[in-house]
Amino acid sequence: MKRLALFAVILAGVLFAATASEFPRLGAVDSAPSRHVSPAYIQGSQPQTHTPNFVTSVLADYRGFDTMFETTVVFLAGMSCFFILRALRRRGVTEVYYYRHKPTGVVLAMLTPRRIPPRSSCFERIDADWMPQDMVVETMCLFMVPFIQVFALYVIAHGHYSPGGGFQGGVLLAASFILVGLSRDLRTVESLLTEKTAILAAAAGVCIYAGTGLLALCFGGNFLDYGAYASFFGAAVPAARSMGILIVEIGVALTVMATLVTIYKLVSSRGTVEEGL
Amino acid sequence: MILEIKIAMLVLVIVCAVASITIKDLLGAAVVFGTYSFMMCLLWVSMAAVDVAFTEATIGAGISTVLMIAAVFRTTRRTKD
Repeated sequence: MKRLALFAVILAGVLFAATASEFPRLGAVDSAPSRHVSPAYIQGSQPQTHTPNFVTSVLADYRGFDTMFETTVVFLAGMSCFFILRALRRRGVTEVYYYRHKPTGVVLAMLTPRRIPPRSSCFERIDADWMPQDMVVETMCLFMVPFIQVFALYVIAHGHYSPGGGFQGGVLLAASFILVGLSRDLRTVESLLTEKTAILAAAAGVCIYAGTGLLALCFGGNFLDYGAYASFFGAAVPAARSMGILIVEIGVALTVMATLVTIYKLVSSRGTVEEGL
Repeated sequence: MILEIKIAMLVLVIVCAVASITIKDLLGAAVVFGTYSFMMCLLWVSMAAVDVAFTEATIGAGISTVLMIAAVFRTTRRTKD
């Protein structure tokens, strides 16, 4: 079986190397895309969509349907991870809960979850494989989080002018939450962004995207035709198109952020979202 | 971009790709795979596809490495085959 896999890989590599010479050179003027497709987008993007960055205009305007269903696929991926991995609490299975008395360091093990108040100053819930953490690492990681989030918001809001947009900004937002999870523990992330909130946010992102498209129908435009919002925002058509793309990017970012945090929680805690990495 | 740097990146991409499937330590494989993603990101930048490079840096080198490390921590660290 391993030999067969190796053979398949080598065959694919040889085929790829053989066809690589047929590709047009990077930046060749006489290649097929450079003749028709690229000039249409490069010259048409600014007058048609009023978006300076034409990667964004292709993603969110020319191929708005494509991006909408990509967002839906991200949401579905998160939901299928939830349905496959999530371990529901079964009756009769005894779980051990560990609580640490902070002043003395004594650890209590309890069989039934006798919940301590969430803001108890004496006891804290700890993982089974808990170890004292390095204060420098934890403090520096938590110090980084606000900067990552500000950068993520910049990437989302500035997707018109620079590389970036909803997907990348959403991933950066998710990374800030995951950094909290890596430096502290999973319960801190769970208290910041609960499972229910995350799934609702993911669904809300898809709804924002589709709703923006549908609302354009009410103002007499086509589906996802942001120019129809000109009368709604009380602005000119270019400003309305920019606003439409921004709203759509926010929806994408919400979905991606919530989905990635959900997947991380499920994978790192064996589906229980109790104790994690 | 300078041709020598490009060639060095290409060699590193191939080395990391081969290493990540041959290495026995799964945690090491995940880290090497992250390096591979980052080298791919640099290659995208050298091809002036900054948007793709940004996505590769965030998703490929960032999140998926963390997800793979999380998965390794919840299974076994060494491969059985």
